[in-house]
Amino acid sequence: MKQAIKIGLIGGVVEILLALIGMIEAFSQRYIIIDIISMGHTLIFLVALLMTSLSAKRTPHGNPLRAMINALTSGLIIGGFLAVLVVMGSLVNLRKVFINASPLLYQWLTFNQGIKAGIPLLLTGGALCGFLAGLLFLSSKLFRRVLIISLGSVVGAGVLQDLLRPTFALWGPLSVMNEWLFSANGLTLYGAIGLFVLIAALSYVWAKKGNVIRANLNGLSPSNQRVLRITTFLTLIMILLVLPQILGLFLSEVLTIVGLYVLLGLGLNIVVGFAGLLDLGYVAFFAIGAYSIAVLTSPELGFFNLSFWGALPFAIFIGVLSGFLLGIPVLKMRGDYLAIATLGFGEIIRILVLSDVLRPWLGGAQGIGKIPKAHIAGIEMATPQQIYYLILAGCLLVGFISWRLRDSRLGRAWMAVREDEDVAQAMGINLISTKLLAFATGAAFSALSGAIFASKLGSVYPHSFNVMISINIICLVIVGGMGSIPGVLVGAFALVGLPELLREFAEYRLLVYGAALVAMMLLRPEGLWPEPLQRRELHEGESSDAKPNH
Amino acid sequence: MSLLEIENVHTYYGQIHTLKGVSLTVDQGEIVTLIGANGAGKSTLLKTTSGLLRPREGSIRLEGKDLTHDPPHEIAAKGLVQVPEGRRVFGRLTVTENLEMGAFAISDQKLIKENLDRVFQLFPRLKERHKQVAGTLSGGEQQMLATGRALMANPRILLMDEPSMGLAPILVDGIFEIIRKLHTDGTTILLVEQNARMALQVAGRGYVLQSGVVVLSDSAQNLRQNEMVRNAYLGET
Ligand SMILES: Nc1ncnc2c1ncn2[C@@H]1O[C@H](COP(=O)(O)OP(=O)(O)O)[C@@H](O)[C@H]1O
Ligand SMILES: [Mg+2]
Repeated sequence: MKQAIKIGLIGGVVEILLALIGMIEAFSQRYIIIDIISMGHTLIFLVALLMTSLSAKRTPHGNPLRAMINALTSGLIIGGFLAVLVVMGSLVNLRKVFINASPLLYQWLTFNQGIKAGIPLLLTGGALCGFLAGLLFLSSKLFRRVLIISLGSVVGAGVLQDLLRPTFALWGPLSVMNEWLFSANGLTLYGAIGLFVLIAALSYVWAKKGNVIRANLNGLSPSNQRVLRITTFLTLIMILLVLPQILGLFLSEVLTIVGLYVLLGLGLNIVVGFAGLLDLGYVAFFAIGAYSIAVLTSPELGFFNLSFWGALPFAIFIGVLSGFLLGIPVLKMRGDYLAIATLGFGEIIRILVLSDVLRPWLGGAQGIGKIPKAHIAGIEMATPQQIYYLILAGCLLVGFISWRLRDSRLGRAWMAVREDEDVAQAMGINLISTKLLAFATGAAFSALSGAIFASKLGSVYPHSFNVMISINIICLVIVGGMGSIPGVLVGAFALVGLPELLREFAEYRLLVYGAALVAMMLLRPEGLWPEPLQRRELHEGESSDAKPNH
Repeated sequence: MSLLEIENVHTYYGQIHTLKGVSLTVDQGEIVTLIGANGAGKSTLLKTTSGLLRPREGSIRLEGKDLTHDPPHEIAAKGLVQVPEGRRVFGRLTVTENLEMGAFAISDQKLIKENLDRVFQLFPRLKERHKQVAGTLSGGEQQMLATGRALMANPRILLMDEPSMGLAPILVDGIFEIIRKLHTDGTTILLVEQNARMALQVAGRGYVLQSGVVVLSDSAQNLRQNEMVRNAYLGET
């Protein structure tokens, strides 16, 4: 009970915070289901649902009645908090302190019903959330899964409407669905219900029959399996190849940004995820790659006037070299000391390119412009749709290298060094070369990303390379799952792609990052798509009392 | 010529003079024990020998070849392998993965397989749990794993740092049983122990280290009779 009250209080405070910083209002202009449920409402609802299910889950001994009561209690408290906010807001002018506490906010919170009707509505809403969470907790696992997946799909379809609509529009049969599913702003009511039922049915069938299907697939003869794998692979490649044509200019632009971060993430994943070296100055190599291309190609400086492809090997080589150079002084450092030292390195590079002394060579604060585009087969890669292919090729290449490295001898050495440096050495692993190779490989990937970035933008400026980039990359690696290659992809889409799609986010980006990281650490510390090793540690340990004996 | 010769080794932690001229030899096929109180410098000596610490003075030779200035991974590759204090298994890897990691310096897959079979034969318990994550093993099992991991490298000499530390008495017996078995298999061992009673039973010779100085060295049998050892390390009066 105490726990339930505590969780309710936390939930209430979170909701009020979201309301007062204006996030709910910002999202209330966008609808999941047109004119019925806005993203703001969804946000409130999701937070309440999350907290109340937490409350049900934390019930001691899993007593069903107690779990339900706890969830209801937490839900009521959350609803109560919001009600108090509305009442307070109507009595005192909170706007003096909280500029976002506008009348509009209260309207949204009370579903336009005014205060009198709004307060019981909020309380009922909170209790309803609690009830739903309790029900979910008590219901069978199958039901829970089906419900969560289908609800998630509806919310997902609403959030990603800008992405889905143009995609559907391209193909006849699907474009019919567009009409039915989407309105100008959010899903239609029928569309949402239909989608919900459809996904629920599909996931129910999959849950029931999935094993059979999987068994059938596994039962296929090896040659058939091979055919199947190759077909899947080819289909995937086909989709990746036509994607920019489907998505159009804006979404392709988003994809290229995500792609650049995937490249960066894959590089940092080697340094932090594989070798366990916390590098906070990773943006330095991105900058080095970009500036190398700029200096080598830009006619504005006129030193070399190389083409993009002529300059790229040098850019990557310079990246690798600087990876080694950074690696040498920090070889003996571990953990937090390493983090601080690398953080400094990142800043040094930024300040160097900003400096007036180096201006004739590096352009100073004005940066370097007129960087030529890359050409492939005589075609200039100028629009986002074209640059997409360049980045896709880079991602595929780097992903493949990462994957091969992970299973290689070097990959095992990285793993040993990450787990225990001293023991790794006692096993015959050369600590120095292992660490330096991690820094150098990571730097190479980052420099590649920087090179493409420079040619994409056509110019480089010092302020593009601030410490926030490093932080973003670290966040996406952590959220995706340290050491996991698909995790980098998932992390990049979640932390870079999604905020680009939901421009309302922009203002709250850092807040969302912070919240996402905290939530990840609490709920899913192994990441969204964890590497098997991490999952093993965090979940097998639960079944046994023995703790790692370090 | 002894297999391992440590001669007049001085090791410092910064300004602190921890090993003050330690000399010690281990012959082929022998178990030699180094006993001493907590803080005497036993672990420091093992770390110096395996290259994790650098002596300021003195020399270390394996089969007559000087390795005082070799980096740790080369020393390990030459066959001087340490089972570290506190076991330090790779907690997130499985038993088999830990053992394979021990054979990192070996590239011959057949030899690795042979070693794995040998370790599993020596520790049937590890074989039973070969898929288990090492961090969830009991203390005794982790000690077996740390020892097995070191054996995977085909060591010329094994340096064991307090293998019995923190184990229940019944497990301690098991560990010493294994040490005896390794000895009959012909493995050369330098055994560091605080449990002097057990150590002097399995070892042929012993050294007593006090504050970084070897104060006694003799056959294990004589050390067991020695007045000072009996008082200070065997708890007899
Ligand atoms: N990393 C270190 N830095 C400074 N002093 C150390 C360090 N490690 C050990 N010492 C000191 O060196 C002495 C010997 O330690 P150690 O070799 O671990 O002893 P033993 O293994 O015999 O218990 C102790 O006084 C200890 O405090
Ligand atoms: Mg010790």
